[in-house]
Amino acid sequence: MRYLDEYRDGELAQKLAAEIHRVTTKPWNIMEVCGGQTHAIVKFGIDELLPKHITLIHGPGCPVCVTPLEVIDQALAIAARPGVIFTSFGDMLRVPGSTTDLLAAKAKGADVRIVYSPLDAVKLAEDNPAREVVFFGVGFETTAPATALAVFQAAQKGLNNFSMLISHVLVPPAIEALMSSPACRVQAFLAAGHVCAVMGYEEYFPLVKKYHVPIVVTGFEPLDILQGVLMTVQQLETGRAEVENQYRRAVRREGNQPAQALIRKVFRVVPRKWRGIGEIPLSGLGLSEPYARFAAELKFGVAEQRVDEPAECIAGLILQGLKKPHDCAAFGTRCTPEHPFGATMVSSEGACAAYYRYRRR
Amino acid sequence: MSITGADDPLTRMGKIDFAGVVKQASLAYVPEVQVGDYVIVHVGFALSKVDEAEAQKVFEYLKQMDELGDLKEGTP
Repeated sequence: MRYLDEYRDGELAQKLAAEIHRVTTKPWNIMEVCGGQTHAIVKFGIDELLPKHITLIHGPGCPVCVTPLEVIDQALAIAARPGVIFTSFGDMLRVPGSTTDLLAAKAKGADVRIVYSPLDAVKLAEDNPAREVVFFGVGFETTAPATALAVFQAAQKGLNNFSMLISHVLVPPAIEALMSSPACRVQAFLAAGHVCAVMGYEEYFPLVKKYHVPIVVTGFEPLDILQGVLMTVQQLETGRAEVENQYRRAVRREGNQPAQALIRKVFRVVPRKWRGIGEIPLSGLGLSEPYARFAAELKFGVAEQRVDEPAECIAGLILQGLKKPHDCAAFGTRCTPEHPFGATMVSSEGACAAYYRYRRR
Repeated sequence: MSITGADDPLTRMGKIDFAGVVKQASLAYVPEVQVGDYVIVHVGFALSKVDEAEAQKVFEYLKQMDELGDLKEGTP
């Protein structure tokens, strides 16, 4: 496919890798923020093409992984209500809550349905006026335009039987939280291309200045990631810390303005708990006042649930780049994608699942 | 890509060809796209139009690297 295959050319990848080897003189730790990039790095073995002393740290950019346990439990509680059609992207169905997951709930009779787009859930609500249709709105800035339009359309259509359980998260506050942690080993970031396609990259200039870290907006194909790493290493080696854009074919500095406008209209910035990390101030999106009636957790009275995460799972440390999947005693034995302990093993974008699938040893 | 519902930008939809698999996607956020354009799609929404000139740049850069390499090898 055009704009895809040519970015997977092995010979060109080798050339970029050779250039990275040529310019690298010191060890560097670079975090790829996005789970989509983690998946590509492990799948194509991109980290194995790099000089040994360049470490790619896998970041927290997997929305399924960082959705807190209590929100999964809220989803399960709502899905179990009679008359509810609970809709979600497919990858949320196997994420374990504290006792079960949505797929198991479906097997026990809950009406849980996978949708491709949040607009499909709005359509379901229109077609089933006697049922309550709930959409599980999980994701980063990339997904927020889609859920924003779904809520906006539901309001326009005057739908009273549609609501959303929202756990949207934002990338720049997570970068800030990582950088301000004393344990932080990250020296540069590959920023997630598709998040920036929506939000642009203005928000990264203050971070670059405050923490003196290079941030390179990077795409998802092997050549994109290698070029992003090269641009990052060139900055690190020359002592620069700038915002650069590798993914220029899809990302403009100002981002997607119509999408940002609707996000601002439907959502407001709220504190958000990240699974494995804890609460990060101003790191999520919740419904704004005029759309608050679409909040499923309020409609179904499940907002106050609080639960603790399993003690053995080190997903939190993995999401912060402090541990690799192989450092976990349960990895690949007691914890597998079929029986995941934690979220990084569930989603295909999670670091543990990617290592399990492509690098079991 | 074919486009329907063009009257209101927020309801504009397109049929997008993903290498043979055709899926509907909302064009609400890319009012500028026309039939034949390439777009980045996420959860049923086109988020960005692919800039064809920018898309070529990595290949131009790699070509330049080659030419520089040839130059270095040619110098005694």
